[in-house]
This record gives sequence, C-alpha cells and structure tokens, in this order.
Amino acid sequence: MSTAFAILFYAATVILIVGLAAKITQFARTPAPLKIPTTPAPLTKQGAALRVAREVALFESLFKANKWLWISAVLFHLGLLLVVVRHLRYFMNPVWLPVELVQPFALYVGLMMVGGLLLLAVRRAFVERIAYITGPSDWLMLLLLIGIGSTGLVMNLWARTNIIGVKAYFLGLMQFQIRHLPSDPLLAVHLGLVVTLMIVFPFSKLLHVPGVFFSPTRNQADDPREHRHLSAWAAKLEAGRD
Amino acid sequence: MAAKYDVPEMYDPAERPIPALKLGAMADSKPYMASPVHQEKLGFPKELPDDWKDRAIKRMGELLTKYRSLRVYMDACVKCGACTDKCHYFLGSGDPKNMPVARQDLFRSVYRRYFTVTGKLFPKLVGAKDFTKELLDDWFNYFHECSQCRRCSVFCPYGIDTAEISMAARDVMDYVGYGQKYCNEIIGKVHEIGNNLGLPEAALANTLEGLEEDVLDDTGVAVKFPMDVEGAEVLLIPPSADFFAEPHVLGLMGYAKVFHAAGVSWTVSSYASEAANFGVFIGNYEQMRKLALRIREAALRLRVKRIIFGECGHAWRVAYSFLNTLAGPWDFLDQRYPIPQHILEFTYDLIKRKGITLDKSGNEGKVLTFHDSCNVARASRMGDFPGGQFVIPREVIKASVPTFVEMHRDTTCEKTFCCGGGGGLLTDELMDIRIKGARPRMEALKDVADNGGVTHMAAICAICKTQFTKVMPYYGFDREAVVSVHQLVSNAIILGNNK
Repeated sequence: MSTAFAILFYAATVILIVGLAAKITQFARTPAPLKIPTTPAPLTKQGAALRVAREVALFESLFKANKWLWISAVLFHLGLLLVVVRHLRYFMNPVWLPVELVQPFALYVGLMMVGGLLLLAVRRAFVERIAYITGPSDWLMLLLLIGIGSTGLVMNLWARTNIIGVKAYFLGLMQFQIRHLPSDPLLAVHLGLVVTLMIVFPFSKLLHVPGVFFSPTRNQADDPREHRHLSAWAAKLEAGRD
Repeated sequence: MAAKYDVPEMYDPAERPIPALKLGAMADSKPYMASPVHQEKLGFPKELPDDWKDRAIKRMGELLTKYRSLRVYMDACVKCGACTDKCHYFLGSGDPKNMPVARQDLFRSVYRRYFTVTGKLFPKLVGAKDFTKELLDDWFNYFHECSQCRRCSVFCPYGIDTAEISMAARDVMDYVGYGQKYCNEIIGKVHEIGNNLGLPEAALANTLEGLEEDVLDDTGVAVKFPMDVEGAEVLLIPPSADFFAEPHVLGLMGYAKVFHAAGVSWTVSSYASEAANFGVFIGNYEQMRKLALRIREAALRLRVKRIIFGECGHAWRVAYSFLNTLAGPWDFLDQRYPIPQHILEFTYDLIKRKGITLDKSGNEGKVLTFHDSCNVARASRMGDFPGGQFVIPREVIKASVPTFVEMHRDTTCEKTFCCGGGGGLLTDELMDIRIKGARPRMEALKDVADNGGVTHMAAICAICKTQFTKVMPYYGFDREAVVSVHQLVSNAIILGNNK
C-alpha cells in the first residue's frame, strides 16, 4: 500500500508538472497575430497585467456576469486555496508561519470549499441552460472535488486519521524514502482522488488555470495605434510589399 | 408588417428576461452558400470536396498554431455558464445552440476529437465528436448566427471570445468550399471594384455630385464632396453605404459639412471607397490584409497626410485595432494625429476647440438615445483614454441635440447589445434571426421611448443603421427613428462662418 501509493504519487506529480509545462509552453509559443483586448482595456502593459491579476484574484468578469455564480465560485476557489495552504504542513518541517496561521480554520475553509462546490452542482443540475451545456466530464470533475473535500472534512470532524504518520510518510516521499502510510480506508480514498485530480489536470478543463494568464482579450494592452503589433508569421506575408 | 416572422415579445430590460430553452428553434436558419464563382475569386475551393474532413481538420490545426486566442479558448472553458444568457440571438430565439458556450462547443467538440488525448480515448466523456457532414451543417448555420459582437467575452472569467471561434470556424468552412455568399461575394467586389456595393468610379462621382447639389439647395453653401484629389489633407474612408443608403448618407453630408466648416481639405478615394473589411467576418487574415492594403495604396497615391474613417462598427475595429498591423507602418502620414482617426474624434476635437459651431435648434423636438455599436464599444477605442468610445459619441450628440436620454445600463457601453445584423448576417435570408437578435435592443429602446420620451436612436455603424431601418418596423417603431450621429451634427452645424 505504502509503495503502491508512492509510485502513484510520483507518477502523478510527473504527469502534472510535465503536462502543465507542455501546455504552458504551447500557449506561450502560439502567436497572437492581432490586438484583441476586450475594450475598454488598459492602455499599458502594466495595466493589462493588473487586469489579469484582478481576473485571477477577484473574478472580475464573473462578477459582472452573475452574482450567485460569482459567490459560489469564490467560495470554492478561496476555500480550495486555503485548504491547499493548510495541507502544506504535510510537506514541511518546521511549518511556515502563514501555514500555521490557517490551521485553526480547518472546518471553515473545508466547508467553504465543499459548500461552493455544492452550490455549483445545484446550478449545474437545476438551471436549464447550465444543465444543457454540462457533459459527463463536468460532473466527474465536480464529484471528484466534492469527494476530495468531503473525505477530508469527515476525517477532520469524525474519523480522525493518524496525521502524524501521514506527515512522516509525505516528508519521506520528499526525500525519496518510502515510509509507512497509515492504513485508513478514508485516507486512501482521499489520497486516491487527489492523485486522480493531479493526473487529469493537464488534460481537462482545469487548464483554465494557466489559460486565464494567456487570454489575449485580457492580457493585451490597448495600444494598436501607438505600436505596430506584428507576429512572425504575419511578418512573412510582408515580403515584397511597398 | 407581414406576420411572416415570429417577432419576440418585449419585456422590461431591468428584469433581464431570459427565455426558456427551445431546442432547435433556429436550426433551419442559414445563409445562402457562396457560389463557386464567389469562392474562386477569393482563392477558396469552389465546393465541398470528397476529402473535406481531412482538409478541415488540417486547417483547424493550422489555425490552432497561428492564433493563441483559439488555442487557449479551446482548452480554458469550464462550462460555468456565465455567458449563457448574454447573447442577443439566444435571448431572442431561445435556441440553446445560440448560447455562446454551446456555439463554441460546436467547434470545441471537433477540436477535442482530433486534437486532444482525452477526446481520442474517451470521446463521449468529454463531449468530443466526429466531424460529420451533419455537424458541418450545424457549423454553417450556427456560426452564421453569431455577429462577433464580443458581448459574451465581457462576462467570461477567462475572456473567451466566441467571435474568435466563429471566425476560425468560418475560415475552416471557406477552406473546404463551404463559404457564405453574402460575405464572400462582397469581399470579391472590393477586390475588383473597391467597395462592398460594387459602385464603380463613375457612379461614385455621380453620387457625390448629386450630394453637392443637395447640400447647396438645402443650405445655400457650396460644400464640396471631393473624390481622388491628390494632395488633400485627409483621406476619408466611409462605409460605402454612406454614399446612398438612408440614414447613412445624411451622416456623410455631416462629415462633409464638418470638413467644410473646419476648412480642412479632404477627399474620398474611388480605389479604397470602403471602410468595412469583411475579411474580419470570415476570420481570414490574408483577405483582411489584402482589403486593408487598398487603403494604404490609396493614401500613398493621393499623398494625403491623414486618414479618417466614417461611422462604421466592425470597420472601426479593423481600422483602429488591426490597420497598423495589416497595412502599417504609416510613417508617411502626419504623426501628430491618430492613425487612423475616427470622424467622431475629429468632430469632437473641433467642438472642444470651438472650431465648429453647433446650434441645437437644428434638431428641435428630437429626444435622442445612443446605441453603442458592438465592435466600437468592445473592440476599439476613440480618444486617448479607455472608454473614449462611449464618451465621444455622446458628447457630440449632446452638443447637437436638445435632449439626450440613456438606455438601460445593462444594454449600453461595454454591455451594449449588437443590433442583430452584424458579423456578416445583414442579408435578407437571415431576416428571422436578425429580427430575433434585435430583441434586447428593441426592449431597451421601447423602455426609453415609453418612459423617457425618446424619439430617435443614433448609431455609428452602417450595419446597425441598415439593420434597424429594416427591423424596427417589426417592433412597432418608425424606420426613420434611427439616425446617424453626423446627421445630427449636419442638422446643427452652422456653415458659412468659416474663418
């Protein structure tokens, strides 16, 4: 069990990193031949960077679109972020102060994450338009995340697992040593789902994470009259012009 | 009007009415297919070849490596549904395939099938589909129910722009001989003659002469409408509808009066007599570039110092956002002015500097509202600050008319609705979807007509103006209630005191 999971964990990490790196490289290398910021847009590169930052941190466009959706999305994403930060303690010794600081809020951040996911699931199931655009993979992704969150919550609230053993195991993995993973079915499910998430990440709609940074409608400055924007392939068309 | 079309009901825009889904409501709406002659003129295959599927997938692959927008937007969508109630064609028709994400999915399903591991291994799971003839027909219908207005892109958390995807889809269809008649025929006309309407030089000269006479009769002032004048200061590029369609031509008279009153010499070009660049509609960079280069050539030949564009929406997008890329650098023009400049920037500047005088009584009795044209609002700018494209037209209108009223804020500025006829849909066989797509704008207009006494709606796009004159009667409005902004300027401007 300990060894099998170690192999899975290493494989998933490699797939996640290599897959994401490949996608990011592909996004970065694909040229954007035309200036297409959705206007009104910032006039400078710094302004455009700030726009992307607001999109990432505040979900600015989503706020314009639908307040309930925005609330659900913020609950889930912010909850997830704090949960991930909280889990960093399993990978470090001593534990950083910020990670230490979120420890007491385990229940709340967990509920935020799962609550947000449940709201999103309700929307997907009961709003006719959203049900129409929802495919099996959208449901699987939601269920996967709800599964991760709820097994975590259950372990936190009722079925406490041997977290000292878990931490020792992960610290071992970080040094390429396979130690004993506490055998607990709930923990196995929890970790199994996380590994699954890591593996599907680079092949799924979770690519919205790198995608948002590369969206030309958001990251381009509005300056086409001031600066000529010419991609390499478009420049080739210019040979032999006046 | 004839009860031929099912005209949607109008509600209160503040309630953001969203229709229930009507599956397949617009499945039969499609434009005429380009004839082999139209296709050939643009260098596209004449008709669908046997190996169309392989060719289409090859072209998709090329576009995916050429356009970051397409590449990222294929992968980034999470189906959150933020866009689902934002498209005017969905709001007017209830057809779920007119929800932006569903429209994108027509393309994305093929992308996933042929370009992603998951789509190759588990097509059903991730919504990947084989590119069948039926799906191609769905593409043809529903990618011609998108006016590339970018409203969905405003609300998308990743900025996914359905316009980029519908442009790519149309480009792929052109590459397999499945082009649209309206766009491709028009592009062919510009290559041959210089404008969308196919007006040859002699007809243009004739028209301009007639306009000079009209203005002289009307005002007693000899306002010139010059054509092909070498050494003029300004090359004016109006949409060709400005030469004869109403209310467009009343706007052209306005431009001429402003130039006259400001004492700036100008000319139109018979070679580049079209602002609109339909290359953008079919998403084809080469076509768009070829059309834009006519303007460069005309500017060089006429040795002008400035280029000013007339009132036209997608045209201003291509001019403002793409002209420097497609046909620049413009180092031979006077660098003290924006290149290119919008006629409204020119007029606004004159109003501010008191270079022209406007008398609002020329528009007495009119209560105006303003329809932000989608591509001006969301794909370009005017002036030197973000949002100038909203401020400048309004300031020009307010300087010209006694009363101005805003429509509901969910329907103006960056959230403006398309008129329903943009993006290559302004063709009679698409009348049904055009009427339905106009619903959100008509609702907002009815609201201010009923509650704000609005009598006229000004627009700054040739397509908007044509679409509204055609469609407004179906909603109980007078077709003459839509006006050009420079028509209002034309009514208000004081001529003859030119220093």
